[in-house]
Amino acid sequence: MQQDKTWGNRIFDFVNHGLLLLIGIVTVIPFIYILAVSFTSPHEVAKGGFILFPKEFSLAAYRYIFSTDTLIRSLGVSVYITVIGTFINLLFTSLMAYPLSRRYLRGRQPILLGVLFTMLFSGGMIPTYFVVKSLHLTDTLWSLMLPTAISAFNLIVLKNFFQAIPDELEDAAKIDGCNDVSVLFRIVLPLSMPAMATFSLFYAVAHWNSFFSAVIYINDSEKWPVQVWLREIVILAQSRIGDTSIEETEIQPLTIRMAVIVFSTIPIMLVYPFLQKHFAKGVMLGSVKG
Amino acid sequence: MKAETAARTRPATRSDKNLLWRDIIKNRWLYIMLIPGMLYFVIFKYIPMYGITMAFQDYTPYKGILGSDWVGFKHFQRFFGEPQFWTLFRNTFLLAIYNIVFFFPLPIVLALMMNEVRRERFKRFVQTLVYVPHFVSWVVVVGVFYMLFTTEGGAINELLYNLTGQKVAFLLEPGWFRTMIVGQSIWKEVGWGTIIFLAALSGVDTQLYEAARIDGANRWRQTWHITLPAIRSTIVILLILRLGNFLDTGFEQIFLMLTPTNRDVGEVFDTYVYTKGLTQAQYSYSAAVGLFKSVVGLALVLGANTMAKKFGEEGVY
Repeated sequence: MQQDKTWGNRIFDFVNHGLLLLIGIVTVIPFIYILAVSFTSPHEVAKGGFILFPKEFSLAAYRYIFSTDTLIRSLGVSVYITVIGTFINLLFTSLMAYPLSRRYLRGRQPILLGVLFTMLFSGGMIPTYFVVKSLHLTDTLWSLMLPTAISAFNLIVLKNFFQAIPDELEDAAKIDGCNDVSVLFRIVLPLSMPAMATFSLFYAVAHWNSFFSAVIYINDSEKWPVQVWLREIVILAQSRIGDTSIEETEIQPLTIRMAVIVFSTIPIMLVYPFLQKHFAKGVMLGSVKG
Repeated sequence: MKAETAARTRPATRSDKNLLWRDIIKNRWLYIMLIPGMLYFVIFKYIPMYGITMAFQDYTPYKGILGSDWVGFKHFQRFFGEPQFWTLFRNTFLLAIYNIVFFFPLPIVLALMMNEVRRERFKRFVQTLVYVPHFVSWVVVVGVFYMLFTTEGGAINELLYNLTGQKVAFLLEPGWFRTMIVGQSIWKEVGWGTIIFLAALSGVDTQLYEAARIDGANRWRQTWHITLPAIRSTIVILLILRLGNFLDTGFEQIFLMLTPTNRDVGEVFDTYVYTKGLTQAQYSYSAAVGLFKSVVGLALVLGANTMAKKFGEEGVY
């Protein structure tokens, strides 16, 4: 909205712009700091101070990371569960959302209610743990993908999205000899590409960032995703400082810890432009009721 | 489509049963497509709900749910009798209150500030910056805080040391625990929280502002009389929703922030379930605690939803 060009308004605009800029910069400064320190020589870090640009540039931390295979392996695990997990999410969610979007389907309402109820009430951590365990999924990567195969919320939103696609398209495809499965894969999904892109991002970010399932279900440290290692190296090591039972050498230098943070965040930052755009849309998608 | 109308218009006869079968056979592919999803919900959502029965047993994995002994409300009695119960209650309650008081208003303020910016590019630039932390994991957020606030070379403490000659053990001192938690939430989610308000604000008719300006209303009055009323219902519903999720204090975050020194102020219901159940193998007891939390949570959500409807909002369920 256009405001009068009074002095009061000008001062207000100046202060407002300044504050917003400050808030924005303060928000991202910690990331820049961590990125900078990870590229700084341990010698300069030891001198202390707030480093936003390394004076003594060094790749030592990254060289160390690449020399150990634990971290590289955990990155591989994370990539694996993100790719396969997201594929499972999309397949399961769209397969279920499509029939539920057909208003004429008998039994649709009770199933929808059953789905909604899981958003309100859950068995909780312990009973779920025993289900996963009795299926012999613990210590396998399936335990990180199958128990979260469908998000009830995403399912409902996608169902509403499918519902908005005109029935005439379905009728026409059926006259041409398509069955319901091919209607979904040849007509409905291609028409829903923007929504599917948004959902793949939702699911993929959730997979990449999840760590607690792995803490519960996976004991074998060779199968840990990168977030679990990150916790191990950055947070647990830190809180053990002062604990005399821990050898000093088990605590990694600051630069290496920061390099681990950078590594586990890079994929997110690479897709950030898409994330920002589609997620903002996704927030609004969710607010459409049906 | 046709079958549905046919079923509705025809009087109920015996042929209805045949019609049902015809319908199911006709839509067999749709039903087949439902199977994987239904299996998922049954296996990973409804069987665990049945598994809650272990809260009323002395469950041992060896005997299983069907073979373990029933003990009624023993575990609940133990839980309500423990001094821990009140600690958990207080910690959960305080964290929730802190979040509502210190976190909740900030996205509104930030959205109002952004709304006053007319240069679209500047606005988008600021949005790009403040959305970033939302996308990183809690492990990274807590890790970053650890790196910044540690007394062993953390930037904040270095700065403090240069200014005052003292260091503060932000991460070890229990007194700082809640501040750290709320601080992390603010950093991670305030920017992102503006989206919903900005969307509501974008729907405001700009003519209203013009009319107000002609009537001599300055910027503050325009904000007070036009902008705020436009997002009032959004604020109310978000606040109610927040109250409905009162017990959900951000499990992952707290789990990551817990250390032996701050357990007294940091332990909440969810983390207690984890500690008792999965690290100390008191399965039935922790399932009982989990059930207590779920039931109270459900009541709060339903109560909040009813409240939202009373306020003339649509409600969520």
